Amino acid sequence: MAAVEISQLVVRYGEKIAVNGLDFVAHEGEITALLGPNGAGKTSTIEVACGLRSASSGLVQLFEQHPQAPQVRSQMGVMLQTGGLYPTARPLEWLTYLAKLYPHPNDPATLLAQVGIDPSIRTQTRRLSGGEQQRVKLAAALLPRPTLLFLDEPTAGLDALARRNLLDLLRQQRDDGVAIVLTTHLLADVEDLADSITLLSQGRVAMTGTLAELTGTQDAISFGGPKELNLSDLTSALPDGYIAHEAQLGKYVVTGKPTPEIMSIITTWCSAQGVMATELGVGNKTLEQLLIDTSNEVAQ
Amino acid sequence: MTMSSTELTPTHPHTSHVTRIRAHAAWELKLLLRNGEQLLLMFIVPVGLLLALGLTNLSTNTINSAVPTVFAVSIIATCFTSLAIGTGFERRSGALRYLGTTPLTRFDLLAGKIIATATLTLMSSTAIGITGVFLGWSPELPGIPLAIVVAILAIAAWTSWAMVIAGLFRAEAVLAIANGLFLVFIMFGGVIIASSHMPASVANVIDLLPSAALANGLRSCLEFGSLPLIPILVLALWASAGIYVARRTFKWEP
Repeated sequence: MAAVEISQLVVRYGEKIAVNGLDFVAHEGEITALLGPNGAGKTSTIEVACGLRSASSGLVQLFEQHPQAPQVRSQMGVMLQTGGLYPTARPLEWLTYLAKLYPHPNDPATLLAQVGIDPSIRTQTRRLSGGEQQRVKLAAALLPRPTLLFLDEPTAGLDALARRNLLDLLRQQRDDGVAIVLTTHLLADVEDLADSITLLSQGRVAMTGTLAELTGTQDAISFGGPKELNLSDLTSALPDGYIAHEAQLGKYVVTGKPTPEIMSIITTWCSAQGVMATELGVGNKTLEQLLIDTSNEVAQ
Repeated sequence: MTMSSTELTPTHPHTSHVTRIRAHAAWELKLLLRNGEQLLLMFIVPVGLLLALGLTNLSTNTINSAVPTVFAVSIIATCFTSLAIGTGFERRSGALRYLGTTPLTRFDLLAGKIIATATLTLMSSTAIGITGVFLGWSPELPGIPLAIVVAILAIAAWTSWAMVIAGLFRAEAVLAIANGLFLVFIMFGGVIIASSHMPASVANVIDLLPSAALANGLRSCLEFGSLPLIPILVLALWASAGIYVARRTFKWEP
């Protein structure tokens, strides 16, 4: 079942069009990443989906209901990039208050302990570190026992260990059937987590698919090295149907199905040439390169 | 940071308006009661004002007039100035924005704030009343139920307009507007100087303000035991308009 269905969404701020006919779907038991350069319409889309903002036109449904329906809000967890904490409240009292708004909440003290915050802490949330604030926000998002989670930059400000734990936690939620919609600038998080990626540009969907589909992982191997290498020997060594070419100066792509044998041929050839191959991997583009290309297209 | 499995419920019921309003009112009350500035405005200033009047050895008539005036000042300070400023800063912090993603509706938020503010006003009025009696205040007893009606309408009116201002402007602007309007209403809005002491042409306009309606209404009930029909009507209109405008214009966003 689709947890989030957005069809032909338009969001205008006066004359400015932030989202322009966007279609988007997120399913239960999947982590869907919403990516794009600044101003692509990610935040506006999330705000409409959360019920914080009204759409200028288009259809937005969560579990086939309006985003502001009480039933929807009772099963939706949200972690906003800014806001989400009551500055003068202590973590436990803030969560205890929020819990009273939901019909079957998790226990606030248990949740805080599980995200690594001492429930008995008497520090006001405004005096917590950035990482601690993120954890309290995450606990608040998990409070309603959500079936749908919206997470905006969830790992911002977290140290390496806390980030890893959070990613594990999100995988567990996904495995439990929760639909997770994630926006982030940390592409490593997306590569680690996302089952599906939607790349936005100028308020529209530029491309959508799995990481493998978007980066062309299924049909290419890429590596870096000195510029303008003579690739004729490499092409000869490869089986029929495989072609090696220099995609950009110092960036080489071998098109064809990636296999261990092909990897071995490439590294053997590099060794024979005295070339230190860098960034050897499957796919002809990284997610970062895709995003940069999209940003460049917008700039042009 | 480990987490037990989320238990998905097949159907997600939702909490009732009553449950949410009760939760929000309790939350507001808890925060307000530990706010030092709030306590100063609610208890220390009005009670201190009455005690200062008492120490000047005023007559019973003057105390009978002063206590309703102090009630009015306290209600405006608590239900309008403090509430608008507090809500403005809640908006700026993003706390209200987050609440906009929870089952709490605008109506729940407004109702919770009104109930919390009304409870505070009751506590404040009790302190003022006890101090007044200690200083020789002798209200017209039949007027007390009528005064409660006036106070309830005033709380609804001032609270809703506090939400309108808090929902429309930046926190710093709310701070300036709420404090500025407080002084204007208290000094020139028929509270400290009763509209009956103003020229008739001015008084006719001032009497339409919620400040004059509140002060005149309380004086009429508590000092003379009479039904303040026009002030009640004026406050009811301000309350209806305030609730309508607040529900339409209040924004969760900073």
